[in-house]
Amino acid sequence: MKSEKIIRGLLIGVALTALSGLGLIAAFVFKEGIPLMAKVGLGKFIFSSDWYPAEHEFGIFPMIVGSLEVTAGAMLVGVMFGLGCAVLLTQFCPPRLVSVLKPSIELLAGIPSVVYGFIGVVILVPLIREHLGGPGLSVLAASIVLGIMVLPTITSISVDALQAVPRSYVEGSVALGATGWQTTHMVVLKAARSGIVAAVILGMGRAVGETMAVIMVAGNTLEIPISPLDPVRTLTSNIALEMGYASGDHRQALFATGIVLFVIIMVLNTIALTASRRRAGRARAR
Amino acid sequence: MRLLPRTTQRLAVGFMWILAAVTVGVLVFIIGYILFHGLPHVTWAFLTESPRSMGREGGVLPMIVGTLLVAGLAVLIAAPVGVATAICLTEYTREGRLTAIIRFGADCLAGIPSIIFGLFGFVFFVMTLGLGFSILSGALTLALMVLPTIIRTSEEAIRAVPPAYRDVSFGLGSTRWQMVTRVVLRSALPGICTGVVLSVGRSISETAAVMLTAGSALTFPRSVFESSRTLALHFYILSREGISMPNAYATASVLILAILGINLAAYWLMRRFVAKVVV
Amino acid sequence: MTLASSHPFDDKANREVERLLRSRRADQPAPPPPAGAPKIRVEGLTVSFSECAVLRHIDLSVLPNERLAIIGPAGSGKTTFLRSLNRLNDLEPTFSHTGGILLDGMDLYAPDVDVAVLRRRVGMVYAVPIPLPWSIYENIVYGLRLAGVRDGTRLDELVESSLRSAFLWDEVKDRLNELATNLSGGQQQRLCVARVLALEPEVLLLDEPCSGLDPISTARIEEALLELKSRYAIVLVTNNTKQAARASDRTAFFLMGELIEVGPTQQIFTNPVHGRTNDYITGNFG
Repeated sequence: MKSEKIIRGLLIGVALTALSGLGLIAAFVFKEGIPLMAKVGLGKFIFSSDWYPAEHEFGIFPMIVGSLEVTAGAMLVGVMFGLGCAVLLTQFCPPRLVSVLKPSIELLAGIPSVVYGFIGVVILVPLIREHLGGPGLSVLAASIVLGIMVLPTITSISVDALQAVPRSYVEGSVALGATGWQTTHMVVLKAARSGIVAAVILGMGRAVGETMAVIMVAGNTLEIPISPLDPVRTLTSNIALEMGYASGDHRQALFATGIVLFVIIMVLNTIALTASRRRAGRARAR
Repeated sequence: MRLLPRTTQRLAVGFMWILAAVTVGVLVFIIGYILFHGLPHVTWAFLTESPRSMGREGGVLPMIVGTLLVAGLAVLIAAPVGVATAICLTEYTREGRLTAIIRFGADCLAGIPSIIFGLFGFVFFVMTLGLGFSILSGALTLALMVLPTIIRTSEEAIRAVPPAYRDVSFGLGSTRWQMVTRVVLRSALPGICTGVVLSVGRSISETAAVMLTAGSALTFPRSVFESSRTLALHFYILSREGISMPNAYATASVLILAILGINLAAYWLMRRFVAKVVV
Repeated sequence: MTLASSHPFDDKANREVERLLRSRRADQPAPPPPAGAPKIRVEGLTVSFSECAVLRHIDLSVLPNERLAIIGPAGSGKTTFLRSLNRLNDLEPTFSHTGGILLDGMDLYAPDVDVAVLRRRVGMVYAVPIPLPWSIYENIVYGLRLAGVRDGTRLDELVESSLRSAFLWDEVKDRLNELATNLSGGQQQRLCVARVLALEPEVLLLDEPCSGLDPISTARIEEALLELKSRYAIVLVTNNTKQAARASDRTAFFLMGELIEVGPTQQIFTNPVHGRTNDYITGNFG
């Protein structure tokens, strides 16, 4: 009996250490970044377009826009491919091919981001430069590469959502004479909607957080990108590129950028959580 | 022009097949392209020598060792801690407000960009704790990075074990710990291993966090307190600085082959395990 | 529709079971009432979950070498009572109780009682057979290993003897290493009985063990209980009054958390004292 108490105590101890270690990260980032945000002024920090660390000018607006544009573009690519593959896998794919498609997508998830970036630089960027103009290092390139990178996330969570749709829905629809595609887009997709939304949101989170691949194909200039062919710098690239040699206020500004990232991710996660909770609630109410 | 439902279906499904084909095509292309350009250069010498003149010549032995040490150590630390935390959250505490908050926190942290972990690792492990750029700093940072994922996947695997098994175990006179280890963990093992393997893969591929914590030394690491360069980082530097394209491709090839190997091993292990423990 | 039906008036299944049992044993004299100090004595037991009383002031004894049936409509607290006897209710965080339960004169809820040992002395079989996802052999030795039995020969002996006592040995002796989940429902339930018997308990608790089983399996289990009562005290919760009538020595009637009446089975079923007992037995409600 006493040994049980000891085990319980040990486990709780380990759990608390792990969780406090993780909480430490949040605390650290906020601790380092908030003073600078206060110094510069939150409004100026977020909305100013002047990022000149040498002159203590810290405005991250171009990077915020950059991250937004790149993420939006990535979502266009990622959702189309990811959701398309998910629907195919769950509704129309014969089992033989499922065992080809599914592992392929899982393997895509395992490829290092630097390899993605490299292929982007070597293949995609010249392609864009020759056929569409601009330097090639662009929002478009970053969107395409990121879209492929978040595809596995979107696919796997969407597959879970689609498979959770009760068979009775599908059977009811087919019994009324609907074709497979009609059933899919009128019944199944609607039923799996909140799960798919969660998948997209989580994919967004991953896209916002990606660093290495984006650095390699996005160009990293400090201008606000107007056309998809313009080069861009994202919040994550900003941190990665300058962290090595930043000090003092400059370094704290990078931490402050980290805070912005943190907040964006937390917001996205909360939305995803409420979306999936709504699904669970509806499921329980059935 | 209204299309017949059958036609719409053919179009829609056809379009999805194109998407799937492109997806698989991209995968095959990426792997093929890298291996095509890199495999010819992956010689025994490449795998066993140290780099010379900044990587223009020589091999990647220190990088292989460095990668193994950083990733291996990270998972060695994170796996027991993560599984223990998951056990604590599911079996030893009551479901309520607190556990919901913890779970939300873990989910959030699983989504935090790796660069932020790198930031933290740089300031905390490298500077504050004085570990400097070292394999240890990198491993500790990566451990924190994969910890939320391990906790989450382990928790899900443990929850998937039917509650009735627990009743049965208690009824036969087990303590809670015996029940957890002999019944629950035994059934949850495949799921937990998936999470661990995913984390190993992620650790090996990680660049941003490693760059800021383990450094980028080209020398052979003689202890975990020395700085070292991982394969992924080496590939990044070689290609970015244009030092040596053949070597870059070769490095990437080794990296991809390692990841393919891990995925295959995990797949094969899963099939062996699942065949034994039918839930 | 389950064959061993719970409705007292569904005589078809019950007649089937009785026919099977009659054909197996020759005319046996009615068993003599067991004598001696009670094995388990329950005194003034009140059980509540979150302040809501589920059992009220139960005074009941279980005599050694008897089969005590507990009958009553759903929700009358029969299962709760059973789970109090081996402290399985402890697992519910909202459980609280007053009153005492004595096993051979020892208070079950005394602070220094080793619950694991208690649960081996008082073994339980559940309504739904729950084999663990392992082989037949491993299912039975699990409890033994928990108890510290390591010797391979001893384990083999106990596996065989417990399977024989549960009337399952002949059917599985050649496939002990097969997955337990491959067995039929009736076999699985007998496996669960064997699993408990291997621990050589003193009391057997059975919670509607034959619900959902076919008449043959039901007959086998009832036959086993008759055999087993020479070694153990048996408490059998059942929804099937016919089963109680043919497979027990004494019967207790629970209604809405209270013990209405207890007495020799013959007497309860032919000449009950309380009107409500009569109502339940004759099927006026329930």
